[in-house]
Amino acid sequence: MLTGENIVQSVAGLLNWVYSQLGISALAGFINPIISSVVMFGFISVFVMFLVWMERKVSAHMQSRIGPNRVGPFGLLQTVADAIKLTTKEDVKPVNRDKIPYYIAPIIAFVATFMGMVVIPFDKGMVVQDLNVGILYIIAITGFTVIAILTAGWSSNNKFALLGGFRSAAQIISYEVPLVLSVVPIIMITGTLSLTGIVEYQEKAGYWFIFPQIVAFLIFITSATAEANRAPFDIPEAESELIGGFHTEYSGVKFAMFFLGEYIAVVVSSAVAVTLFLGGWLPVAFLGFLHLPGFIWFMIKLVSVIYVVMAFRWTFPRLRVDQLMDFGWKVLIPFSILNILVTAAVWLFLYGKGAQ
Amino acid sequence: MTDLLLSQVKVGGESQFGTDEYVVNLGPQHPATHGVLRLIVKLDGETVKETMPVLGYLHRSIEKICENRTYPQCITYTDRIDYVSAMSVNLAFALATEKLMNIEAPARAQWLRMIFVELQRLASHLLWMGAFAGDIGALTPFLYGLRERERILDLFEMTCGQRLTYNYIRIGGVMIDILPEFVPKCRAFLDYFEPKVDEYEDLLTYNPIFLERTKGVGIIAPEVGINAGVCGPSLRGSGIACDVRKQQPYLYYDQMKFNECIETAGDCWSRYKVRMNEMRESVSIIRQCLERLEPGSFEAKMPPVLKAPVGSEIYSRIESSRGEMGVYLVGDGTAKPWKSKYRCASFSNLYVLDQLTKGWKVADIMAVLGSLDMIVPEVDR
Repeated sequence: MLTGENIVQSVAGLLNWVYSQLGISALAGFINPIISSVVMFGFISVFVMFLVWMERKVSAHMQSRIGPNRVGPFGLLQTVADAIKLTTKEDVKPVNRDKIPYYIAPIIAFVATFMGMVVIPFDKGMVVQDLNVGILYIIAITGFTVIAILTAGWSSNNKFALLGGFRSAAQIISYEVPLVLSVVPIIMITGTLSLTGIVEYQEKAGYWFIFPQIVAFLIFITSATAEANRAPFDIPEAESELIGGFHTEYSGVKFAMFFLGEYIAVVVSSAVAVTLFLGGWLPVAFLGFLHLPGFIWFMIKLVSVIYVVMAFRWTFPRLRVDQLMDFGWKVLIPFSILNILVTAAVWLFLYGKGAQ
Repeated sequence: MTDLLLSQVKVGGESQFGTDEYVVNLGPQHPATHGVLRLIVKLDGETVKETMPVLGYLHRSIEKICENRTYPQCITYTDRIDYVSAMSVNLAFALATEKLMNIEAPARAQWLRMIFVELQRLASHLLWMGAFAGDIGALTPFLYGLRERERILDLFEMTCGQRLTYNYIRIGGVMIDILPEFVPKCRAFLDYFEPKVDEYEDLLTYNPIFLERTKGVGIIAPEVGINAGVCGPSLRGSGIACDVRKQQPYLYYDQMKFNECIETAGDCWSRYKVRMNEMRESVSIIRQCLERLEPGSFEAKMPPVLKAPVGSEIYSRIESSRGEMGVYLVGDGTAKPWKSKYRCASFSNLYVLDQLTKGWKVADIMAVLGSLDMIVPEVDR
């Protein structure tokens, strides 16, 4: 049967053969990660383009419109056309910008979020680098976006951009806390930080963590939406208040990088949600007869979670900045701490000390 | 560098570093100001210290132009005063001129005027609902509002050929009679539209985030509202009965059964609720009008050149979609008004903006501005 592991192994075999033919087998450990990163980069770029199209179609459907339908079948190539437009258009720069940070900010925004994809297991063994501290790595690396946004807001030398940057700093730092706390129960139960390990635990246990950890799942999805600056938490770029927020002064490719970064952040947080709470590459129980490969299951779950996040955006009004802080500190954090305590108590009661 | 920093520290003093107000210029081009209103906002972090509207970016001196045009020509200019609710302004001017010259429009024209003005109120409130929700961050209701507005505009287009600036309500009647299929189409629209209002309410009214953003925000105290000259739905949200249709009925509003929608809290949510309820009342008024529409002439017999008597003077007011719309005219015996002055609801409603936003956050400016239903050409004229 076609599984992610088989594919990875056959590709690795092919590469090893190529290396031996070229006589560079010694460099395999150096070249392989580069190749897998490039493959991941290509995949994520295409996937994000699909997501942008999907978002426009979802919003069009919700708003009783048609959405893009001119370029390519079902308008699928609309995003490609947009990307070409963005890359070829003039790069308008504010005169009084802070030059170096202004250039670096979109790169950080894009790279930091993309790096998160590196540890996501699409299938058993189908992962760029299975770190044993995977979940910590993702939380740390996606936290970099706040630097990018703050830098962008500051260096643009625009009052709206600065307000957006400050808002973003406050928001991302506040929502990082419940995000991490909501993951803690899973780590307590599984005893591993590796994403692959967490999925394997769910396979062995026979249930997904969304069932015992529904509270953690809701907190995670909420804070992840806030982390990705998506509505109803999109106050850093609040269109009706701050025009474009931190990316008001960015155009062309630089804007495209922020835009891609936002979507990749959605992909990363949804992928983590799928891995932690929805059983990663495991098949849906009552559809097990379908015998689909693991990575197809993963993608189905991923797109479903992303659909939910998109539906949020087109349904809810935006919170105000102080209400956003209140919600994070007074609702999400107490609940996630309570969730940790309850989980610990229940697991101690059920399995006794040192249960693994 | 250290010296520079230290020099800003007062020894033992309260202020350590020189702080400055953060002055942000919202507009004239800004997504939330619905046109070219400019707001100079002084901020302390996110908190608003002062909001100062700067007017005049859409000033076209319509009042002066009208003094150099004949009375029928002025109607076209009144369209441009409030392009979202052009029928109401047409009506305001037509009624004022008719009173000035003692012209009585026939009954059919009056009924048609009522139907069209109430349809216009629906269209205007729909656009307002979408824009208000958009200001708060919900983009979807805007499309729903426009979807229904489109069908109203189709009805207008069917009758007078225009979709935005109609020039339909004329002195002494209306421009042209409705087509025979107008009445069934209008009824069909009303049947389609009535449940839609409940749908919008399902989407917004008790949405927790919407409540957070609008409940208790931008409260107009009744006495503040009256002193500042706030009118229309914005004042009715503060619990004051001020609907000109009830207080000083014009056309045949005294024969209509409808409620004056009043909420008491005076916040953004109340103003929203007043307008939503008003849509339902408008539907009921249109139904009654369609019921009583009688055949007859659609325009009065009038002299070829309309002249107001020397020294005649009139202030006539109606309830437009945004509030009280007053027209003041002075005649001097010629075919042109000696003086024309429009009293527009948006302009007087804007007075309270600074009071309502002081001490609130930046995002509340948009919520309050949206809830006042301001439109820039009415402010500047």
